[in-house]
Amino acid sequence: MDAAQNMTQEVAKRHRLSTRIWHWLNACVATILLMSGLMIFNAHPHLYWGDFGSREDYAWLQIDDTRTTGFVRIGSARVETTGVFGLSLGSNDNVRRVAFPGWATIPTGYDLAAARRWHFVFAWAFALGLTVFMLASLFNGHIRKDLHVRRAEWSAAAIWTDIKNHARLRLSPEHGLSNYNIIQKFSYIGVIFLLLPLLILTGITMSPAMNAAWPWLLDLFGGRQSARSLHFIAAFLLALFVVVHLIMVLLSGPINGIRSMITGRHVTASKPDQGGKLP
Amino acid sequence: MTDDRTSFRRRDVLRGVTLGSSALILSGCDVMNENATFRSALRVAEKLNQATHRTLTDRAALAPEFALSDISPVFKTNGSLTGTSTDYLAHLQNNFADWRLRIDGMVANPMDIGLEALRAMPARTQITRHDCVEGWSAIAQWQGTPLRLLLQQAQLSPRAKYIVFHCADNYGARPYYESIDVIDAFHPQTILAWGMNGETLPVKYGAPVRLRVERQLGYKHAKYVMRIEATDDLSKFHGGKGGYWEDVGDYEYYAGI
Repeated sequence: MDAAQNMTQEVAKRHRLSTRIWHWLNACVATILLMSGLMIFNAHPHLYWGDFGSREDYAWLQIDDTRTTGFVRIGSARVETTGVFGLSLGSNDNVRRVAFPGWATIPTGYDLAAARRWHFVFAWAFALGLTVFMLASLFNGHIRKDLHVRRAEWSAAAIWTDIKNHARLRLSPEHGLSNYNIIQKFSYIGVIFLLLPLLILTGITMSPAMNAAWPWLLDLFGGRQSARSLHFIAAFLLALFVVVHLIMVLLSGPINGIRSMITGRHVTASKPDQGGKLP
Repeated sequence: MTDDRTSFRRRDVLRGVTLGSSALILSGCDVMNENATFRSALRVAEKLNQATHRTLTDRAALAPEFALSDISPVFKTNGSLTGTSTDYLAHLQNNFADWRLRIDGMVANPMDIGLEALRAMPARTQITRHDCVEGWSAIAQWQGTPLRLLLQQAQLSPRAKYIVFHCADNYGARPYYESIDVIDAFHPQTILAWGMNGETLPVKYGAPVRLRVERQLGYKHAKYVMRIEATDDLSKFHGGKGGYWEDVGDYEYYAGI
């Protein structure tokens, strides 16, 4: 007989249907938005602060080329990035002088009009998906039960312990007040309630028509070029979150984690070291 | 045993999904991007965006205006840097003294108006931000004649839906042209600019007159305007999509985003 069958397995309900649908929808939508956004960035690979900006000497970030090498410049710090950023090889080994290489953009080749069309269609799915998910999570208790940081959790010692556990990759399931530990809660709250709305609002702020309709957005973000910079930084942070999220899924039992995000059920073996934690 | 096999199979599937997904996303998206049906489906968002802007926000809302001190030290030039038609070049030699702007199409009173007469009309001065579809912005002061006054003088037909701007520059092999709808044509900030930053509009920025249609991206702001034509049908002009970049580059007709 199998060892696996000897173990008593507990099947716990982990993720609500609304969470699961939004998670996978958003995974696709955010990927498309990121990749089409990188193509849009390629049309003018400089970022500025304020209202105005049209030339590299006013840019705080520049991803460009010297015809033979590619480089990324942030402020006065410049790094050569030939082959990846600024200058890279296309599918036929042709040299492409673009900020982000073809494998990272939608479409692969330079096509600003198409990238804009992709971006503006999926932006609707992104904004509506987030709105519906937020409302569903408010009414089904996801926010109150799972994300809400309880009074007892606001302890420097507990937070420090959690940071140490994460640093040591000790990812055994918590038996505390809820399923998510404090670092997870902060991450998810930060992404859902700050980063994603910031992406949507800075995106809207780049629209000249919306600038006329809602000029307060320009005041909020400090001008159209600042909004463009913040949009890029927020997209970068979201990409970083996804990378860390995927690493945590791998470390905490990928099969169980992915299954629970598909079926909603999370299998916990009685042996504590086999238990997966919510990624 | 069955459980194990299932989980192995699942693991293989998962591994395949992970490795293949990035390649799939890319080639899949490129294939979809070339598909005519998919591309026209993507175009639905353009209509949706314009309808949202027009229904949910104030149609007459003014684009933000800036102070003199906000004027950009450099204003990037894009597209043509001069008109190219022989007609235009002759007018340029003559400092546009005999140049006349033609206003016709679906108007009861077609007219030709010279630069001095245009400058003598009530003018609007606005310091606005110019946003290129590529992503950059620049601020300048524009002085010009509100388009609405010219259309009223020419007695625009109530059946007219669009205002087409015929330009003197060929960009590549094709003549540049643009068009806007009547709502934007009557917006108070929509002007035919003949002055920039307190001076006569320089050639590289569209002399003798260029369109300023604030609230839309740079490619709508036609330079070297020679003729204004009112119409109810854009399909009869050039590529039929209402503008040079709409025809050639598949850019959106509504450039409010």
